[in-house]
Amino acid sequence: MSGNLLEVRDLQVSFRTYVGEIQSVRGVTFSVKKGEVLAIVGESGCGKSVTAQTIMRLNPSPPSVIKYGSILFEGKDGVVDITKMSDKQMESIRGAEMGMIFQDPMTALNPTMTIGKQITEGLLKHQGLSKNEANKQAVEMLKLVGISNPEGRMDQYPHELSGGMRQRVMIAMALSCRPKLLIADEPTTALDVTIQAQIIELMKSLQEKTGASIILITHDLGVVAEMAERVAVMYAGMVVEQGTVDEIFYNSQHPYTWGLHRSVPRLDSNSSEELVPIPGTPPDLFAPPKGCPFAARCPYAMSICTEEMPEQFTVSGEHSAACWLLHPDAPKVERPAIAGGIRA
Amino acid sequence: MSDALLEVNNMKKHFHLAGNQTLKAVDGVTFHIKRGETFGLVGESGCGKSTAGRTIIGLYDATEGQVLFDGQDISRLKGKGLKQYSRKIQMVFQDPYASLNPRMTIANIIAEGMDIHGLHRGKARMERVHSLLEAVGLNQEHANRFPHEFSGGQRQRIGIARALAIEPEFIIADEPISALDVSVQAQVVNLFKKLQRELGLTYLFIAHDLAMVKHISDRIGVMYLGKLVEVTTSEMLYSNPQHPYTQSLLSAIPIPDPDVERRRERILLKGEVPSPLAPPSGCPFRTRCPHAMDVCAERMPEMKETEPGHHVACHLYE
Repeated sequence: MSGNLLEVRDLQVSFRTYVGEIQSVRGVTFSVKKGEVLAIVGESGCGKSVTAQTIMRLNPSPPSVIKYGSILFEGKDGVVDITKMSDKQMESIRGAEMGMIFQDPMTALNPTMTIGKQITEGLLKHQGLSKNEANKQAVEMLKLVGISNPEGRMDQYPHELSGGMRQRVMIAMALSCRPKLLIADEPTTALDVTIQAQIIELMKSLQEKTGASIILITHDLGVVAEMAERVAVMYAGMVVEQGTVDEIFYNSQHPYTWGLHRSVPRLDSNSSEELVPIPGTPPDLFAPPKGCPFAARCPYAMSICTEEMPEQFTVSGEHSAACWLLHPDAPKVERPAIAGGIRA
Repeated sequence: MSDALLEVNNMKKHFHLAGNQTLKAVDGVTFHIKRGETFGLVGESGCGKSTAGRTIIGLYDATEGQVLFDGQDISRLKGKGLKQYSRKIQMVFQDPYASLNPRMTIANIIAEGMDIHGLHRGKARMERVHSLLEAVGLNQEHANRFPHEFSGGQRQRIGIARALAIEPEFIIADEPISALDVSVQAQVVNLFKKLQRELGLTYLFIAHDLAMVKHISDRIGVMYLGKLVEVTTSEMLYSNPQHPYTQSLLSAIPIPDPDVERRRERILLKGEVPSPLAPPSGCPFRTRCPHAMDVCAERMPEMKETEPGHHVACHLYE
């Protein structure tokens, strides 16, 4: 695994519904190094959450089916393939070696259980602690995530806390067993910006302390710029570009990545600049197009783009993009000037 | 202020709750919007920005204060006058899924206002619907479909077409893009800007995304716990924010540029917004303000003009 904690290889996940099969994840390959923050960005329906949920094996089957691929994870007992684990085997990994933070802390916490009970649940199950020890550790965790009066909070219910506090509780839960991998699915989307800034700060400092790897799923490029070391851009169930945060922001190669950068206004830019939206909408994943899924919205589409899916072309090192423009025979296209930050 | 299309004077909206509690959702805001401009109202959830918009359009009756539209006090309007007012001002809502009646066709949704006001009758009705659909980037065939057949971005376009149907002068857009994906947000924002250029509309744009509000607005008002704390042009708000809340709000917003993020120093606010049921005495921001002084607990600072066109309510500038 050469320094990687997680390797996802050619993962394909579908959901069987009564109107047909929706191909949510269509061949996704990426890896997560030990101690790094990898961001997965993309718009709704691009498969970023399904990918994360499949790593944790949270989707019941049926309706979900892992059609192909492997997810290699370096756990306590060596490298395991998550896709081949039984439900029983997953129980010893989920929560213990992988933790997850969800977008909506109100629906992700159990409204009928006290905060203390929810945090100690994992500790009691995975670490074989006594009730007393577990309680002590839960209070420690609450202190760590910056909750005032942690002893008192243990007996409170989720509805008694604000959104930001609930998200802190969820982080405490996810990290209580010291997992090696933390998956954060839109962890700040439901929060106000000043609270978002607090939660990002908290996640950064906890990552430094625990050395856990983080998969950060988000649609907010600002949050990516602030937290991530590497980025994978997903579109229509595929990774269309991946690389370091600098490569994705300053030397992106895929027209979809350009489109994402150009459609968000920057607080520090001149507002007279027009936003350049991406025309149209993403394809229907019940019947994905034959070639590149972005071709129908891409201003640079060539005839091959609608015929054949491009392979991942290596740009440099670990920077790759799935776009025919990178083929040696393709016409040269200038990267739009405002696609991404301008280096100062 | 003769060029002001809308003037809001010390507007308050209090809700009376069970147990004799009063929720002061909007607690005395004053601002004006000039004809043809876009005024952005920003703030975090619960600050009262949506309630302010809904009170202006008349969905709620103001508890106190005045809303003058074209010099007329809207709270005094009744019957015919009220109907005329409702023709001039329209609203676009946040959730394009909840704000369109699922059992009506797009044509009937768009034309409902025209029917009520007796505009474009007979053959002209469908023609008007078709031209509106084209104006918002949809096509004529969409007229006979139902809302569930459209994506979120398309539904928001339908909501905009409905607002435009009766040729309003003023549109209140309450978080019109926050339910949409980034690439689609830009499409809808550009549509708002295009329609403003073509039809000379005036907008009140309510949102929590300060980067987007700055992009679309000429002037911006920042709200905190029911009060306006700063009002100025969008350039000045960014280049010279004066209220400590505005400063920390700007500082909290991540900029999609890793180099900038690495260099940035954040003003990290402590704690959270206090409950609007029990707001702090004096300035509502003082419990989280890094510059809070004794006087801040005693009384709410007055709105002061600190430089031309820049109004701040903070004791630091008194």
